[in-house]
Amino acid sequence: MTTTTVSLDEPASETRPPIEERPASRRRLNGVLPSLSPKLVVGLALAALIVLWAIVGPFLVGDPNAISTNMFAFPNGQHWLGTTQTGQDVWTQLAYGTRGSLIIGFAVGIMATVLSAIFGVLGAYIGGAIDEGFSLFTNVFLVIPGLPLVIVIGNYVPESQRGLFLIAVVLAITSWAGSARVLRAVTLSVRNRDYVSASRVSGEKTWRILVVEILPNLIPVMASQFVFAVIFAILGEAGLSFLGLGASGTFTLGTILFHAYNDLALTQGAWWWFVPPGLVIALFGCALSLINFAIDEIINPKLRDQTRSARKRWNLTRDQLKAIEQEDVR
Amino acid sequence: MRFYLQKIAFYVVALWAAVTLNFVIPRLMPGNPVDVIISKMGAAGQPVTSGTRHALEVELGGGGGGNVFAQYGEYIVNLLHGNLGVSLVDYPEKVTSVIAQALPWTIALVGLATVISFILGVGLGMFAGWKRGSWLDNLIPVTTMFQAVPYFWLALILVLVLTRVVSIFPYAGGYDVAATMPGLSWGFIGSALYYGTLPALTIVISSIGGWMLGMRNMMVSTLSEDYIVTAEAKGLNPRRVRMTYAARNAVLPSLSGFAISLGFVVAGSIVTEQVFSYPGIGQLLFTAVTNNDYSLMQGTFLVISVSVLAANLVVDVLYGIIDPRTRARS
Repeated sequence: MTTTTVSLDEPASETRPPIEERPASRRRLNGVLPSLSPKLVVGLALAALIVLWAIVGPFLVGDPNAISTNMFAFPNGQHWLGTTQTGQDVWTQLAYGTRGSLIIGFAVGIMATVLSAIFGVLGAYIGGAIDEGFSLFTNVFLVIPGLPLVIVIGNYVPESQRGLFLIAVVLAITSWAGSARVLRAVTLSVRNRDYVSASRVSGEKTWRILVVEILPNLIPVMASQFVFAVIFAILGEAGLSFLGLGASGTFTLGTILFHAYNDLALTQGAWWWFVPPGLVIALFGCALSLINFAIDEIINPKLRDQTRSARKRWNLTRDQLKAIEQEDVR
Repeated sequence: MRFYLQKIAFYVVALWAAVTLNFVIPRLMPGNPVDVIISKMGAAGQPVTSGTRHALEVELGGGGGGNVFAQYGEYIVNLLHGNLGVSLVDYPEKVTSVIAQALPWTIALVGLATVISFILGVGLGMFAGWKRGSWLDNLIPVTTMFQAVPYFWLALILVLVLTRVVSIFPYAGGYDVAATMPGLSWGFIGSALYYGTLPALTIVISSIGGWMLGMRNMMVSTLSEDYIVTAEAKGLNPRRVRMTYAARNAVLPSLSGFAISLGFVVAGSIVTEQVFSYPGIGQLLFTAVTNNDYSLMQGTFLVISVSVLAANLVVDVLYGIIDPRTRARS
């Protein structure tokens, strides 16, 4: 199960030490773990940086609600990212906002992954009427548009009760279906493999077959889905907050954008107010996508080899490289 | 025939689910939604009479008005008569006619933008997969970054750059209100296209990356199939191998993903419309939410769901025609 912690954990690469102890298991794990391609390194570094900033940042800066008379100040030494319409420091708000958005992202990621595992894996393994029912339920949820549903639900909840957790639950409910469908397909193919039948014949308990025989095969897929769920949750929350329907009383990147848009940052040309929050979302999303590329290459080895950068490491002469490329391009 | 019947049966179930969700959500919420709305309306300075309370209770439940099943029956009968109630915002306009005014704007904008983005993305993805490791292929991580950008934030940036810094495009609205009247005249269509360019550009930029990546990966997988080798061994023209042998098979998952992504694009455009004050359905949903116009909100949600379902149905049926294997399998 070490693999789960490594690939599912937030991209802090320090979580590897247990592998060092036994060479045999290390060799096995190396087949599963993504090789350290430049994409993965950049992705992990960027994501780790932002996560670290979200954890530590709020302790380093002051009160995000503190107002001053210094309105719409251009970024300067005192206010690194300038100030808002009420003279609040954007850099400070960004620290709190990043934390809020990441909390929602990871909470939704975990909940959506669990939901998709329940509806995708369990249904496919049990089969029969339960599978039919789960599958129908999943497909219905897949075609019902998520954000409008979230907007409608969010609007019925009184603003005082609209906390981070509630928003996360609502976003999770509307975002698990796609993953569940993919998981179901993968489980169906794994379930019918010979070694699973063998363990069933040899009398293994159902839960053990699910957890020990089937689940490890699904981990790369689930890891990639978790990463996507985090991105979608952060985007969804930002959209919801931008409409003024997000979590009340907390800072997220979406609420900063909401205030910036409604307090006329655009007409004042105060780009330093609304560019950074979006940029943080974009960078974090980009980092997670890069990590996902690396995971994709495990799931589908065909995507892995034969790129130009891989070939450069073969120490071939220029002519040999050219010959291979021509053959490849044809 | 069985395939199509199954599809239609599924969409009937999905439609029923959407309709029922619309009915159930306010009744499932913690506390009494009527109280929440009454207090909101009071806070917004809207007149609240005893009649208002009664009307809301009839619409959202929570009051003593009959049992739930009777209410549900009445709700369905009203829906079947096309009766979605009367809008508060545009009193005494009917909800159906308010929606009918907004719907064409969104369908034209989202529809056109999605198709453009799909064609461009799949085309570029095809070339990236064909010449793996080329500059186009290395561009893909960059476009994925655009995908992680919130739609509305990109819209804000585009507005800042293209209407403030260099004023090429108009800032807000669906057409030039001063110069033309809605109707089938060249002036109006030209104006609508001109005003729609920026919102459309937003949607295209932020959704093209997904298509490119998906197509590129499928192309790479398809290129290692045996029939591609055979086609090359026969000495076929590379262009023919690329288009007729590889791309045609590789595009199938993208096509089925087209339907699923539609819900996501619609969601993204809801917030984007808000930024551009575009007179579409997203703007309408937002107006309804901010003005506590619950009939309009429920109606809008229903119309969005039905449109996404319909688009899905069309894609599903077309997919059955394009790829006969799906019909055989069911």
